[in-house]
Amino acid sequence: MSYIVKPKVHHPSLQKNAIGRTRRDYEGAISTLCAGCGHDSITAALVQAFWELDIEPYKVAKFSGIGCSSKTPAYFLKEAHGFNSVHGRMPAVATGAGAANRDLIMVGVSGDGDSLSIGLGQLCHAVRRNVNLTYVLENNGVYGLTKGQFSASADPGSMSKKGDVNTMAAIDGVLMALTLGATFVARSFSGDKAQLVPILKAAIRHRGFAFIDVISPCVTFNDHEGSTKSYAYTREHQLEVVQADLVLPQAEIAIDYSHGEAMRVQMHDGSVVTLRKVDENYDPTDRDRSYEVIRKHLLAGEVATGLLYISPESVDMMEQNEAVDGPLFNLPFESLCPGAAELEKLQTRFR
Amino acid sequence: MQRTDVENPDYFHKVVDCQWACPAHTNVPEYIRLIAQGRFDDAYIENRKSNVFPGILGRTCDRPCEPACRRTRLDGKPVAICRLKRVAADNKSDISSRIPKAPEVKNGKRIALVGAGPSSLTVANDLMPLGYECTIFEKGPRPGGLMRINIPSFRLPEEVLDEEIGYIVDMGVEMKYQTPVNSLRELLDSEQYDAVFVGSGAPKGKELVIPGRYDSDQIFIGIEWLESIHFGHVTSVGDRVLIIGVGNTAMDCCRSAKRLGATSVKVIARKTRKYFKASPWELEDAEEEQVEIVENLQPVQFLYEDGRLVGMEFDQFHSEEIDGKLVQTSIGRVTVPCDTVVLAIGQDNAFPWIERNIGLEFGKWDMPVVDPKTFMSTREGVFFGGDAAFGPLNIIWAVEHGHQAAISIHRFCMGLPVTERPLNQFSLRSTKMGLHEWSYSNDYSGATRQKMRHIELTARFQNMTTEVEQGFTPEQTKQEVERCLNCDVQTHFTDSLCIECDACIDICPVDCLTIAPDAEESELRTRLTATATQMDQALFVSGGLKQTGRVMVKDENVCLHCGLCAERCPTFAWDMRKFTLQLPYAKDAMLPMAVGIGVGVQ
Repeated sequence: MSYIVKPKVHHPSLQKNAIGRTRRDYEGAISTLCAGCGHDSITAALVQAFWELDIEPYKVAKFSGIGCSSKTPAYFLKEAHGFNSVHGRMPAVATGAGAANRDLIMVGVSGDGDSLSIGLGQLCHAVRRNVNLTYVLENNGVYGLTKGQFSASADPGSMSKKGDVNTMAAIDGVLMALTLGATFVARSFSGDKAQLVPILKAAIRHRGFAFIDVISPCVTFNDHEGSTKSYAYTREHQLEVVQADLVLPQAEIAIDYSHGEAMRVQMHDGSVVTLRKVDENYDPTDRDRSYEVIRKHLLAGEVATGLLYISPESVDMMEQNEAVDGPLFNLPFESLCPGAAELEKLQTRFR
Repeated sequence: MQRTDVENPDYFHKVVDCQWACPAHTNVPEYIRLIAQGRFDDAYIENRKSNVFPGILGRTCDRPCEPACRRTRLDGKPVAICRLKRVAADNKSDISSRIPKAPEVKNGKRIALVGAGPSSLTVANDLMPLGYECTIFEKGPRPGGLMRINIPSFRLPEEVLDEEIGYIVDMGVEMKYQTPVNSLRELLDSEQYDAVFVGSGAPKGKELVIPGRYDSDQIFIGIEWLESIHFGHVTSVGDRVLIIGVGNTAMDCCRSAKRLGATSVKVIARKTRKYFKASPWELEDAEEEQVEIVENLQPVQFLYEDGRLVGMEFDQFHSEEIDGKLVQTSIGRVTVPCDTVVLAIGQDNAFPWIERNIGLEFGKWDMPVVDPKTFMSTREGVFFGGDAAFGPLNIIWAVEHGHQAAISIHRFCMGLPVTERPLNQFSLRSTKMGLHEWSYSNDYSGATRQKMRHIELTARFQNMTTEVEQGFTPEQTKQEVERCLNCDVQTHFTDSLCIECDACIDICPVDCLTIAPDAEESELRTRLTATATQMDQALFVSGGLKQTGRVMVKDENVCLHCGLCAERCPTFAWDMRKFTLQLPYAKDAMLPMAVGIGVGVQ
């Protein structure tokens, strides 16, 4: 961390978005993570994505559990709502918040420990339910806060900073999310904002659970030779299989689709995700094909990145449950609390 | 784009905008830091090394540093560099023991200096400690040149002049007052001097020959009039005064007229405000004293009634700007009543005392041909500096001419070619003290520029000597020093250490940094985090980075030098290193010629 706060002064040419805010208005407190942490770059990408989408920060709720990654919601969107929850229990809290106010734009930030170890069960069920949540898994393969033990995402054969070799199998968040029925699955790298920002924008616009596994090197405990989650290793082995871009409804007309092999996926709000496939045979709307291709790359030692799978037919938790429109706080008191007689009637049905 | 060569002393020097813009290259950030630490003596000495007259210049400098100041590009107002210099001079203790002394044993070389203005005094300042015997010939009774007789005391008190000139004269300079040099040939033929330095200024005010010019004793030439006020020959003025011209001399004239009792003072300008020669702050100070500045008038004739000057007639213009050029069209005549007129339309050089057949060539405008690097004329051993060299400039230029001429004179007297000159060197030292601690105040202060306190109008018009500016209070000084961005603490980048984690780019408050594929400069400038449109501000470009081969690019334009990039850098690729320029003076003129590289202390 730094002793000084980031000065408020900015470049004279700093732009404002459609709601009159600069990118700096989407920042938070100065990071207290180690200098060079991948998480800080993801924070910067989130700042950029929310700014580009012209989102009012007060419409956003940030959720996290415990860990280095889970500190980061303090570092972006200082005007947004936030809940720093119990270790691994962030999905439950977000599910509840989303149920109470389905208009919230929810973003959860978690790590490989918070998501794939202590919180694995919570994550699985949030995916199953298709909670309308952008879920960023900041994946560095180690438990940084407890001095660098292997996490559940550490690749077998990779080495710790002291030279120990990991012998256990890794849980791959992307493959797991695909098998659980996730409607939006992506993988990216903290060092590649050109790829990460459009994915985040599409995820925020996606109605349903958007799972993004972001390789985010731990400079202190996992950026050495023998690591498979270092800056150098990720750059060498990253393979972008799909290039995604989000086109907002109002900008769509200006885009010419006649050239190239771009695939278009319409989102609920009318915006369009364009997907340019690097691999001809890849189909990011075909769950089984996607699984197969990602697994093939995994076995070949390659990190497949991009917006790997998107379901155009996503139906989120609230739609599945035919919940009322809008946030509960907008319901008149009589509807929210219809009285003892109505309760009696309801209870009678279960007798 | 070519990888930036930071071993070239000019690269980091140029980043220190104020120091680069200063003709004498005063180390501004360093003396501001010393003031911040309350080390006024050290700040004064740091100043004196390059500009010789900190107290004088802290009140009167034309401040080329301030328009250059990076702070202007962030919050619109430069650091009050000039007035902070005065803070050091005002608050110092007795520093006389720290002024270089002339040695007892002389080196046997004698130098004649013509005129006791800032350039001659600087030459003496640099040469006396080396054992030279310097003789200054001055036509007036006291030293200082135009600093003394043309700058009114309400801007520059005599004590300040006496003190700072005294430091030089007291080294043992032989002062020949009221001894004008009437023939350069005689001076040279006397063979008493190994070299001659001409620092006689531009002593002739420009004339305005229009009908009626010579029919009144109430029409004066600006610099002569100021001189007469200084010597007490002029003690009153008519009620209504017109000042013709709108340069800094005109500002001194109009403000002096107010103090002599004039009730209405108008400054007449031919052009519009944008084209005025006077510094904006001098215009402000004059207007504060209720001087009226009238644009778009060109003198036609003086008007008389019963042989008494009663007014002036002018052509009046309509001005408009077309394609960035001022276009003026005449729209008739106007008459402005007046009792006294002061002509302040510029100065000329005059060398009636230099014979034209002594091998000293004169060129355009009847000016001597002077080499702009060595300051030597076409006659070997005769050097020029200050306004005498290239026409009217300002004090700080005269000082720099003096430094350069002193180097030349030293080399000339030692029988070495004057064209070979010592080069600038520099040191670069890390300011890192801990994980987040630097040996400079890196936090950005949002304070606005402090306003100089002025003595109230009634008090200032009572005499010629009450100083208008009161200096900064300690509280003001404390605020103002923190506005300095420490541009000399450089962002230093080591390519081979960078792991391209983006931490520096993410933290930079002013979007200076980008990692991008290499390209030509014109293209690169458009591809940065923030487009680099300030073309006179350099781009720093690293070599190819080891993971992706891209390059680190830094637009120097609005860098705060806050050090956050270095704090967030996990590998120490970015470091904040203090750049200290080592300028050669006469004492360094005998060093082996520098080989043109910086002495980098890593």
